[in-house]
Amino acid sequence: MHKILKILEKNSHLSAREIAVMLDMDVKEVEAQIAKMEEEGIIVGYQTLVDWDKAETERVTAFIELRVTPQRGEGFDKIAERIYQYDQVKTVWLMSGSFDIGLICEGKSMKEVALFVAEKLAPMPSVISTGTHFVLKTYKQSGVIFDKPQKDERSVIS
Amino acid sequence: MMNIESMLNSRAAQIPPSGIRKFFDIVASRKDAISLGVGEPDFVTPWHIRDAGIYSLERGHTYYTSNAGMLQLRQSVANYLSRRFHLSYDPNGEILITVGGSEAIDLAVRSLIGPGDEVLVPQPSFVCYSPCVTLAGGTPVPIVTKEEDEFRLTADALRSAITPKTKLLVFPFPNNPTGGIMEKEHLLEIAEVLKDTDILVLSDEIYAELTYGAQHVSIASLPGMQERTILVSGFSKAYAMTGWRLGYACGPKPVIGLMTKIHQYAIMSTPTTSQYAAIEALDHGDEDIALMREEYNHRRRLMVEGFRNMGLSCFEPKGAFYVFPSIKETGLSSTEFAEKLLDEENVAVVPGDAFGKSGEGFIRCSYAYSVKNITEALSRIERFVKRHLK
Repeated sequence: MHKILKILEKNSHLSAREIAVMLDMDVKEVEAQIAKMEEEGIIVGYQTLVDWDKAETERVTAFIELRVTPQRGEGFDKIAERIYQYDQVKTVWLMSGSFDIGLICEGKSMKEVALFVAEKLAPMPSVISTGTHFVLKTYKQSGVIFDKPQKDERSVIS
Repeated sequence: MMNIESMLNSRAAQIPPSGIRKFFDIVASRKDAISLGVGEPDFVTPWHIRDAGIYSLERGHTYYTSNAGMLQLRQSVANYLSRRFHLSYDPNGEILITVGGSEAIDLAVRSLIGPGDEVLVPQPSFVCYSPCVTLAGGTPVPIVTKEEDEFRLTADALRSAITPKTKLLVFPFPNNPTGGIMEKEHLLEIAEVLKDTDILVLSDEIYAELTYGAQHVSIASLPGMQERTILVSGFSKAYAMTGWRLGYACGPKPVIGLMTKIHQYAIMSTPTTSQYAAIEALDHGDEDIALMREEYNHRRRLMVEGFRNMGLSCFEPKGAFYVFPSIKETGLSSTEFAEKLLDEENVAVVPGDAFGKSGEGFIRCSYAYSVKNITEALSRIERFVKRHLK
């Protein structure tokens, strides 16, 4: 099961048939295991890793830290749930350390993101403070280097 | 005017150029060919190993080392060989650090072989053995390994190739290009043949870490074999360190001693930066090897399956990172196949006869490539084979 996951984590494009050959397994078995992991929420989705800077679209990304007062009986879950409902919010983590909730937020401009924080996040009753850090450049994401993609420098025959 | 051609060393001049090199010149003229032709890993050297090399430069370790290589590195080699293959070598006198496995092969041959000596070379195999023997004045004697024997050297084939002049057996397993390996039971048969002779073994174990299924067994680890074996290996394939040019030889003190003397005159010592990186690789690189081996294994299965689906007979390689499918069904020679494939589908593979006459009828395809590259190459080769299958 973990072997399938490790392969899919790196390349979700591969077919069940290819994975079956790579792992010396039965195709039906691979299909069944993938279906089961999807159903159990182990495999949550399949996405494409995009370097939006190169796509030349207007898009800014910010990392936002929130200090929050946990609510009685709910801990941080309730407030996290209210935050992740916003489409602008792409990622939400509960953190250890000097702040409580970390999130990644996207927008068309710095102003748009800053306003979102000021108007939507900061006024939430349990939010004590916010800190917004804009991303200037992505060097590496999800294990893939964006900065200088590796080229095959080997000679064609050796 | 001086005739330079006539002044060249005739023994060197008469050696045919490497079949790999010959085909390289053809392929190099193509810009966008997809290649399955390389003999080196596609992985970049793991960062912690590169970092160790960089750190050694920062610290100013830019001097010669001792001729045999840094003692710390020789100690690490000894520890590694003991941990992985149950071999015991003394870092003082039984281990020499060389410029790649290639230098170690050349030194071993030069230290043992002279005019009149015969050297047994199982083929298909890597291209350097016979030329090294010829340069040393010896006579290379090929022994054909066969697909029906899973490209193993058999005791019978060995026995019938031995003459009173035989001095050395080259033992290239896991094998480039076939992917054949020798498991313990087969090694024992070879050891049995050698036991009452004075024949030494040059065991090229550069692919020892890349076996799939069975763990590699060194012929030197068999009873009575270490005293007659020169083990040659290196960092290129296991740790993806081809460009660092570092390898080693281990063996009986008199042989390693003589090899070290030649090395001292020819090379002085191997690159210091590479030696520091190699210590890190040996001491902390087991996990990197395991990860790369797993990746290669996935791709190996894709390749074998791909060729078999085309209707070609393809031996399942157990080691290294090549498949060696038979292309006899197409009626083309290895070279014709490779050239036409390049012309018609722009895919580069290496003709099997580059690895000895007995490689005729096969092609070598490396799976040291991304899955994407492999799948695209396979689908092009499939189109090609369909057109040419008789």
